Amino acid sequence: MIDHRLCFTMTYSNLHCRLGTLVNLTSILFILLFVTVSFPDAIIRSPSVDVHAEVSKLNRFRKRLNGNDEVSLNLNISVDLSSVFNWKTKQLFVFVTAEYKTLQNSFNQVILWDRTIHDRDSAKFEIYAKNKYLLIDQGCHLLGKEIQLVVNWYVMHKTGWMSRHNKSMSYFELPQVYI
Amino acid sequence: MKWIRESLDSIRSVKIRHVLTLLIRFGLIVTSTLIIWKGLMCISGSASPIVVVLSGSMEPGFKRGDILFLHMNDNPIRAGEIVVFNVDEREIPIVHRVIKVHEREETGEVDVLTKGDNNFGDDRLLYAPGQLWLQKHHIMGRAIGFLPYVGWATIIMFEKPIIKYVIIGALALLLISSKE
Repeated sequence: MIDHRLCFTMTYSNLHCRLGTLVNLTSILFILLFVTVSFPDAIIRSPSVDVHAEVSKLNRFRKRLNGNDEVSLNLNISVDLSSVFNWKTKQLFVFVTAEYKTLQNSFNQVILWDRTIHDRDSAKFEIYAKNKYLLIDQGCHLLGKEIQLVVNWYVMHKTGWMSRHNKSMSYFELPQVYI
Repeated sequence: MKWIRESLDSIRSVKIRHVLTLLIRFGLIVTSTLIIWKGLMCISGSASPIVVVLSGSMEPGFKRGDILFLHMNDNPIRAGEIVVFNVDEREIPIVHRVIKVHEREETGEVDVLTKGDNNFGDDRLLYAPGQLWLQKHHIMGRAIGFLPYVGWATIIMFEKPIIKYVIIGALALLLISSKE
């Protein structure tokens, strides 16, 4: 560590000394800034969110050629995450996952639909959407299976830590036969 | 320019003690950098605690030149997480989002599929031929924090190595020229 008093008393290379002090100061300021900006707002004020997702229609349920079950769903998604937005929020990544359990896999979780939200106005919407990604099982265990729909969102700040939140929404039971 | 002449003079009239002090100072800088890096590795639990985003496949969230802080623990990998993983035949790790998870809790095995937010299809094209899923050992860490733009320094030094040598040369000159 550079002893800053030496800058004034001893014959030190002036440029070296000043540069060192400047770098020192800016790094300390930078670190302080980073720490204060990263301080989670959730501790200070917990935002009120309103999210909802459910299956509105089962489009297709079949077994693929390679033996894996495949499901295509239409979803009804309504989201109000506008209270999560503040001055340091860069974007929200909202996604709906389907979670279920089979005899082969104790936990399966696949994203059915996702969207990035960049500003407060687009954080409130209600849509009917076809799933972006098909629900494909490892194997064929989906007949009569109950899947749970969960709405998740990641809060990504302009700089600093990211946090993840979710809310379990609804259940949907797949039929006992393929359609 | 007088400053350069002064430092050349000081190199010429060198004493053993001066040289030893210089070597020790240099050694201290190197070892303290190493300590900080290893310490970061320890805290983050990952072999590379900081990575630079090199491609645009995760835009608009992460752009080329952003820095990601990674953390790895035993918590199960879940969909939506942004992970950094190595594919067997590739040198450079990839930072993408997990979109599918199939886990067998009893054996602890998990199959993971990833996709870049800005890519149309999933990452199966990037995996090794015949590989359909990633396993836990492929994954180096989860992204938990991020700093924009700071990684450009690394990208520039990587793509134009001459700048790296110029900076190291300038630092060495500064080190030698300080009289004490």
